[in-house]
Amino acid sequence: MNAHEPYAREVTINACKLCNPLGASLVFRGIEGAVPLLHGSQGCATYIRRYLISHFKEPVDIASSNFSESSTIFGGGANLKQALQNVISQYRPALIGIATTCLSETIGDDVRLILDEFKREYGAPGRPVLVTVSTPSYQGSHIDGFHDAVQAVIQQVASGGPKKSMVTIFPGMVSAADLRLLKEILIDFGLDFLMLPDYSETMDGVIWDTYQIIAPGGAPVSKIRAAGRSKAALQLGRCIRRQQNAAEYLAERFGVEGYTLGLPVGIKETDRLMQTLAILAGRDIPRKYQEERGRLIDAYVDAHKYLYGKKAAVYGEPDLVLGMASFLAEVGMVPAICATGSKSGKLAEELRKLLPESEEGMTEVAEGVDFEDIRMLIERVRPDVLIGNSKGYPLARRYGIPLIRVGFPIHDRIGGPRLLHMGYRGTQQLFDRIVNALIRARQDQSPIGWSYI
Amino acid sequence: MKVLDGRKKQVFRKGEAPFEFDCEKQSLAGSVSQRACVFCGSRVVLYPIADAVHLVHGPAGCAAYTWDIRGALSSGPELHRLSFSTDLREYEVIHGGEPKLYQALIQLIERYRPEAVFVYGTCIVGVIGDDLEAVCKKVSALKGIPVIPVHSEGFKGTKKDGYKAACAALMQLIGRGPTDGISKYSVNILGDYNLAGEIWIIKDYYRRMGVEVVAGITGDGRVKEIERAHGAALNLVQCSGSMNYLAKLMKEKYGIHSLQVSYFGIEDMAEALYGVARFFKDAEMMKRTQELVSGEIRAVYPKLLEYRKALAGKKAAVYVGGAFKAFSLVKALRLLGMETVVVGSQTGSKQDYALLKELCDDGTIIVDDSNPVELSHFIREKNVSLFIGGVKERPIAYKLGIGFCDHNHERKIALAGFVGMLNFAAEVYQSVMSPVWQFTPRYMQSETRGDVHDECSRTVCP
Repeated sequence: MNAHEPYAREVTINACKLCNPLGASLVFRGIEGAVPLLHGSQGCATYIRRYLISHFKEPVDIASSNFSESSTIFGGGANLKQALQNVISQYRPALIGIATTCLSETIGDDVRLILDEFKREYGAPGRPVLVTVSTPSYQGSHIDGFHDAVQAVIQQVASGGPKKSMVTIFPGMVSAADLRLLKEILIDFGLDFLMLPDYSETMDGVIWDTYQIIAPGGAPVSKIRAAGRSKAALQLGRCIRRQQNAAEYLAERFGVEGYTLGLPVGIKETDRLMQTLAILAGRDIPRKYQEERGRLIDAYVDAHKYLYGKKAAVYGEPDLVLGMASFLAEVGMVPAICATGSKSGKLAEELRKLLPESEEGMTEVAEGVDFEDIRMLIERVRPDVLIGNSKGYPLARRYGIPLIRVGFPIHDRIGGPRLLHMGYRGTQQLFDRIVNALIRARQDQSPIGWSYI
Repeated sequence: MKVLDGRKKQVFRKGEAPFEFDCEKQSLAGSVSQRACVFCGSRVVLYPIADAVHLVHGPAGCAAYTWDIRGALSSGPELHRLSFSTDLREYEVIHGGEPKLYQALIQLIERYRPEAVFVYGTCIVGVIGDDLEAVCKKVSALKGIPVIPVHSEGFKGTKKDGYKAACAALMQLIGRGPTDGISKYSVNILGDYNLAGEIWIIKDYYRRMGVEVVAGITGDGRVKEIERAHGAALNLVQCSGSMNYLAKLMKEKYGIHSLQVSYFGIEDMAEALYGVARFFKDAEMMKRTQELVSGEIRAVYPKLLEYRKALAGKKAAVYVGGAFKAFSLVKALRLLGMETVVVGSQTGSKQDYALLKELCDDGTIIVDDSNPVELSHFIREKNVSLFIGGVKERPIAYKLGIGFCDHNHERKIALAGFVGMLNFAAEVYQSVMSPVWQFTPRYMQSETRGDVHDECSRTVCP
């Protein structure tokens, strides 16, 4: 496994990451009755709304404290308070999630202090829960904003007490369909649970008869409050830094039993989740999932010859990349490029742990890269398939390599939020898509163009 | 729904006296404005200049969110479709970002050999105090191409101030090139961004009239053409919000007259051509224009009438960036027999809204710098069948089971010109008449109320 250093240049070309407040906004959208509020310029909120809307195709309201030149000079306190007031009056939210931006961080606004003042001035009745997270985009990227926001919500809202039967799960930045599947699994195991965030409905909802100013669904604040009383907490994601790991926090602060697992992509990682849930629920893995697993293995066997030795370039958030790599390796493919725009610093190490059999030199691991770095890796490695979000499409087109769209954002197709990546079922869909893309590539290149395989 | 106290004067219902309308102000904090920031204003205006490097000096987000977002086509180079940023990190926030910017510029110029570079300032740069001007000047002198700072720090006003910053940057290019050989019948096209190839449609009309287009500013834009723009006899200004300021600056500096035009809708498109012919006072040109217009209208009108048959009487809402586009849309919808009952913009001026008020029927809601809560309420209250807006408005319409037409940056269908009107009508028809609405609660509710639906008696349209 080679750790690839991005080549030295002072300019980022086609970034393979987004900024921290985007991740935080997504988390806040996964809490029932919550409205995200970005403390900064109007553009931060609007750009992030537009970016999320283009993927989720749902209304995404994100408020802004809308800095002016004078708030930049004298501080954004007055603007933030006015914004809170207006959000409360328009939305009547249960929670407002306040994320900072480059601007408010650089001028040094003390958001906690401002919020304390606001709470005193506003009084308690009708006041929503206020959570604040520091998300300057000059530190980290959107996935850090995501994990930091989950951690902030737990640290500022959860409290302890006698243990309940509830299990808390932190799924990481996955699709709405993944979240629905996780919930289904937890329900099938008979577990009472909190999933944070849960934007499975808020960001991928049904058609409405009347306009919902806050989309229904999301993790209930009452359950978040009780998170410290969970009997166990599961963090999905191995590349998460320790201080961002909310399950670890619950373990340390409230003595909750904490687990850190990978994103359940592929059989091995899904097995680990299922086994953990079986222990927590004190029951066998439901038959439904055993069957899904069996069918998946059956499909692995049916199609193994199309995959063996095929090289994939995977890019996206570190844990998505890790999950995909683990899955690809178990079907005989080579995760030849594992690239992320983030810098967790853990991707190479975790890959080594998950893929000990991987030969030296077969996998290029690249953290903190942009699509120009990825392009150069593609030139060198010449993968058979790209696996990642829509932003890799220009490379797929340029090099004529099929792109399997996963993760976020999916801006050039319908159905991004409905893409399933996780569990046996999600793996099955991924597997079929990858196999078929490779078959199609062969079919398209064939002078005969057979109509059977 | 209650309109927020600070916004009450930005909403007006025609027929209610008196007309005291507020606009062109900073968005209310917490109102969830549909506007973006100063940077956004500059970025969208300059984006289509295809042989320039556009470098965002700031964090990764500002550059990532504006990577390849406009459907602004180029007939040649495509540098504008790449996203460049200095991706400032904590180190630069503390120690300053000028060295990184300098290096980034050198590296980009050596690699891509652009005709010019635009360097966009972002919020963070405005706070840490990097001297964009000085770095740009230094690199420009070293590399011999224009390196132009765009003062687009996000917090320094509204999106409209970003337009102004872009216009100021363009003024640094204009005047650098030779003007010899430019026809006395020559124009610049300001404020068309060549979305879906629209400027090619417009340029073709002017060519057929015998008018030379010196520069597209900025649609299918080229640095060398923009540098010659001061040699044109006339500026044609579409998208008044973004480009009136440039026309004003060019008038002051070069004495170039300008005409406000719009290429949307039959009426406005025809007027955009006739206006030019009248300006040049050339009888032959006027004759050619008349032939062109009548030929084009003849080609599209019968089909438009078919669409009109199906769409007549339906109601529409319009919420767009600039108010001038809203005028054209109200007229274009009227041509299709549709009534605009909600109309608004992000950046309209007092004068724009007064004109809108004249143009619209009684009861129409006119709104400035609106937000999702208001818009969702207005479109339900007025029971519209169609909403015209951009990406951020689309889900508001769709969630309520209302047809939608994207009239913003990202569209892939040309809506300008006579042929554009036909495309527009087709898109409106396809959305409004789609059978999918029959499953939506809105439709089913009106069904129970006994409303008449013509969706089910679809006429076959080309």
